[in-house]
This record gives sequence, structure tokens and C-alpha cells, in this order.
Amino acid sequence: MEPLLISHFTVTSCLGSGLAPTLDALRLGSSGLAPCRFEAVDLETYVGEVAGLEDRPLAAGWSEFDCRNNRLARQGLEQDGFAEAVRDAVRRLGPGRVGVFLGTSTSGILQTELAYRRRGPDGRMPEDFHYRGTHNTFSVAAFVRSYFRLEGPALVVSSACSSSAKAYGSAARMIRCGLIDAALVGGVDSLCLTTLYGFHALELLSRQPCRPFDGERDGISVGEAAAFSLLERLPREVEADALLLLGIGESSDAYHMSAPHPEGVGARRAMESALAAAGILPREIDYVNLHGTGTRSNDAAEAKAVWEVFGERVSCNSTKGATGHALGAAGAVEAAISLLALRHGLIPGSVGTRCVDPAFALDYRLDGESRPMRRVLSNSFGFGGSNCSLVFGRAG
Amino acid sequence: MRRREVFVESVGVIGPGFANWREFETVLGGSNPLPSTWALTTSPPCLPANERRRAGLPVRLALAVGQQAVAAAGRDPATLATVFSSSGGDGDNCHALCEALAGDDRQISPTRFHNSVHNAPSGYWGIAMGATASSTSVCAYDASFSAGLLEAAVQVEGSGNPCLLVAYDVPYPFPMSRCRDLGGVLAIALVLVPGPGERTRNQLTLGFGRGACTEMEHPDLERLRRHIPAARGLPLLQALTHSEPSRVVLEYLDPLRLIVEVCQCPSTVAG
Repeated sequence: MEPLLISHFTVTSCLGSGLAPTLDALRLGSSGLAPCRFEAVDLETYVGEVAGLEDRPLAAGWSEFDCRNNRLARQGLEQDGFAEAVRDAVRRLGPGRVGVFLGTSTSGILQTELAYRRRGPDGRMPEDFHYRGTHNTFSVAAFVRSYFRLEGPALVVSSACSSSAKAYGSAARMIRCGLIDAALVGGVDSLCLTTLYGFHALELLSRQPCRPFDGERDGISVGEAAAFSLLERLPREVEADALLLLGIGESSDAYHMSAPHPEGVGARRAMESALAAAGILPREIDYVNLHGTGTRSNDAAEAKAVWEVFGERVSCNSTKGATGHALGAAGAVEAAISLLALRHGLIPGSVGTRCVDPAFALDYRLDGESRPMRRVLSNSFGFGGSNCSLVFGRAG
Repeated sequence: MRRREVFVESVGVIGPGFANWREFETVLGGSNPLPSTWALTTSPPCLPANERRRAGLPVRLALAVGQQAVAAAGRDPATLATVFSSSGGDGDNCHALCEALAGDDRQISPTRFHNSVHNAPSGYWGIAMGATASSTSVCAYDASFSAGLLEAAVQVEGSGNPCLLVAYDVPYPFPMSRCRDLGGVLAIALVLVPGPGERTRNQLTLGFGRGACTEMEHPDLERLRRHIPAARGLPLLQALTHSEPSRVVLEYLDPLRLIVEVCQCPSTVAG
């Protein structure tokens, strides 16, 4: 595929709001995970919570969209001058030429969960419950489109934990075919009872901060995040340090609803397709940001797949011990971490991992390292066997 | 603005009073009222027994309609890319989860949880068909049909490979039904391909525009179109049967509409 320019990007997670605190945390090897005190949740687990969202409602004009997920979206958009960059793109290109492509798994379902507790004696939902602006899977894209008064195409991809990585694919295809000139792409997912109790029911929730790729890993830590990129057609001349989206690869496991193919067949195909789309060889990748959730089966399958594509030649690790697993936003968070890695020549450490599973034959990096890099691959895999790999690079 | 061209190889459709494309054509040609209550009775035989037991109505509906289109196109589903589009996903499952989470014990079933993902039909389709190509699952509220059609068409153009679009919706139960009235069960499937061939029946040219959405001639079909997001695609199906070129305006995100110019492929024999 033709490379696309990532002219701006930003990320807000439990590590902090915006790129600066995120980069600091990645450099220091600190984690945003803390014992779960979220809502009335009575599970023994750690979560990556973005503090203070309860106290920051959307302004009056946006009340129909007011829910934790859209508050997190707004907080994310307002970091790093990202909102201003979007407005500038709209001024340059027109409101109909900027698309919105976002990934989310649970949207604003927390609002519905809370509303169910407040049902009236007749069983009806409370009057202040706004389905369209909060619950519906599209609500975050509707909010963002409305926030910037955009008039172009929009879409939410909701394919569980690959959602926001796949949103990059939808955006890139739409730019390539000429229907738009730029895309606001990314992901937003926020804490809710459905995912915490759901992963608990599947016995995939760790009682400790998650330990990706560790021999003693025992599950995920759920996080929440908003991460965005502004994707544009590549201008004729770009600076050497410009950041590019080089390739996307997507595949399906066709194996199981909530477990990966044990041999990592689908994961392997996603990585190989992304490399082919970028027109590069495995050895041209400097670092792989793994999906690395910290469950026994996910990490084992991904380790096999990465080994088959790269052998032990590529430095890799997972940053979910720092951010938690932001589910539908994970792909966008890790896209932002990959872009920070390229911009600052930084391989982040694998927070939480003490001793890499001896069964994995990989160059898995426990500690962070400074090293100039040109190309990074990021993996995102989800329920339903949905796989997506992204390749990012520097122009020069 | 550039316009997109794709070709339709086959159609699947399931709704109240029509269980497939042939029955839908009969409904289109007449004026008989459609049944007001109706239930999906078919269960896709392609699903392994375990999955069939676990799958909710949206999964069974999406798989059944997808199979209709794939069979009519004579395509191997294992290698076919897919786009699943739905406004509301699985409302019954969502209600059951929210009700359990509002209670004291909050224990939910792992099957309910993995069925709650918007891409559940995509996952079950993969398992049933051994489909390992890329598959995406999208939503755009009332514009979900057009958003799915656009995503599929752009994929076909970008990859040069065929793609199956499945758009489906099922209603929410009470109390969510009072906040979002989805008005019934309906699913549409299209196999889209990049160029004309022996099996292509229509050429579609897609672009954005403005104006009033095309309505259905049959009053009951028009009622479905207005109430079910997936049924916003019915005017396209109506146009597929026209022998002369026609133009349909489909609901999309305000202020845009998706304009589809439809013509019969020369090699196609009607029916």
C-alpha cells in the first residue's frame, strides 16, 4: 500500500493524559495499574483507570453524549494540540473530506449498566438515559463527528480487542480510494462492569498487575484509554522524521470465540500480510509491540506466531503491564506507543514481566532501551479470532 | 468526488414474510400485507453443534443470510473477506448481561460475555465456514447499512478481491426497546466483486450526495425500511430487480446520503 502520513497523534491512558506523561512513564518503566476501586466492583484485580472522569461531565451542548466513554474521548482529543490539528485539517480540506474511524468494544455501556440499577417500578429505563449518544456502538464516532462538526463519512469498527487497529485499515482504504483526504482514526474504550465481570467469568482476569509473556502470567489487567491519529495523504515532500503508516494486515482465526488458535496461525498471517502491504521483509522491523495480554493462551499463541515470522531476530515485548489492556482501544494505544518509539528511538520496557516464559524463543525485552529505529510492527488480536497487525515507520 | 464501482454477484435476504431472495422478489411484485409477527425458524446447518447451542438470534440470522448469498454466488466462504454491519448487535444478550450486572451477585456466564462482542457473528461465521480471510464488524447507528456497503465496496476496490456484506438487525427486548425501537428482524447479504463476470448480475456505482431517501413501493416494506437500520438497504434490493438503470438514495450520516446507481449486467438473464 502507499504510505500515509500520521501528521498528529495522542494517547490518554492510566499512564497519563497526552504524549509527555506517557513517554515519561515508558522511559521510567512505571505502571498505571492499581487495585480495582472502580464503581461497586468487588473483584480482586488491578485496573488501569483514567482518574477524574467522574467529575468532568461534557458541556451542556453535548449532554446527550455524556458518559464515561465520551468523556474519555473528549479528554483524549484535547491533549497535545490534537483537536486544533483536526480543526486545521477541516479548514484546509473541508468538513466533508475528513472521515472518522474509531474502534471500541463496549462503547458507553457503563451508562446502561448504571441505568439498569435505576429502572422504575414498571421496569422502565430512567428518562435521562440516552441510548443513541451513549450506548450505541457508534456513539463515540457520533460524538467526535459532532465535536468537530464534521460532514464526511464515519464508522465504528467493533471487533473486540482488534477494533482500533482495524479502524486504521478502514481509514486507510477510504483515503486511498479518494473518498476523503484525511481521517481522524483511533480508539476509545472505558471501564465497565461487563468487561470486568466478563473476563472474570472466563477466568482470564489476573489478581495481580498483569505479567505479559512471564512464565507465571495468569491473566489480564483491564485498562481504559483514548488514542487518536490524524491520517493524511502523503505530501510529495516530507521531513525525514515524519511518521508513516506503512502497512496493515488482517486475518481471522476461524477457531474459537474467546481463545486464539493455539498455533497462532491467524496471528502469523496478519503479521505477514502487514509486512507484504508495507513491502518490507521481517528483518526490516526493529521492534514488535506485542498484543501480549498476559493470559496463558494468548501469549503462547502469539509467541509461536512471532517466532515463525521473525525467529529470534526481532526485539519485542508488551506494554500492557504499564497501560493495562484497553480492549477496543488497545490497538490505538499501542499505535501511539509505536509512534513514540520511532520518534524518540525508545524500546519501552515490559513492566510487570519478571521472568520470560522459558518456552518462548524470542528476543523479548524486559528492560527499556534507547536505539534509533525505522520500522515498528504492532499486533492486536481479539475475540472471534479477529487479528490485525500495523506497520509504522519513519520517512527517512 | 470520485465514485466507486463494484459488481453484485448474489443477494441474500431474510425478513418478515420472505425467507430468501426469491420470496422477496414475490413480495416486491405484489401488494399482499406482510406478517406482523414472525420468527426465524432456520438454524444454519454449517455451525458445529456446540456453537449452534450458544449462538443467539443475530448470529443465526447473519449466518443464514450470508450462506444464501455465498451459495448463490458459488463462492468458497473459506477464502471470502467479510463485512458484518449491525446497528444494535445482540439486544437479548445485552439485556441479560445488564440485568445480571444490576443485581447483587453480578455473576455472568462466560458464553454471554463472549457473545456480547459486536463481532460475534463474524467469529461464528469464521468457525462455521473455516473463513480465515479478513473480517470486520462495523456500526453507524441508522446509517449502518450504507456504512457497511461502503466499507465492503472500498475493500473490494482496494484488494481486488470479492467481499461478502452481511447487514442485520434484531429488536431489543423491554426495557431497552423503549429507548431504541428496532421494529423487527431483517438481514441482507450481498456478494460484491471488483469486475464483471459470468455470475455478476448488477453494477453499482457509489457516491455521496444529498436529498430524500428512496422509499419502498410496498407499504409494509417501507415500514420496515423506516424502522430497521438494516432495512435501509431494501431500496437497493428493489433496484436490483429493475431492468432499466436506476438510482437509489440510501440513508447515511447527515448531511450525506449514499447514492447508488444500479444497472443490470449485460450478460445477466433476469431471475
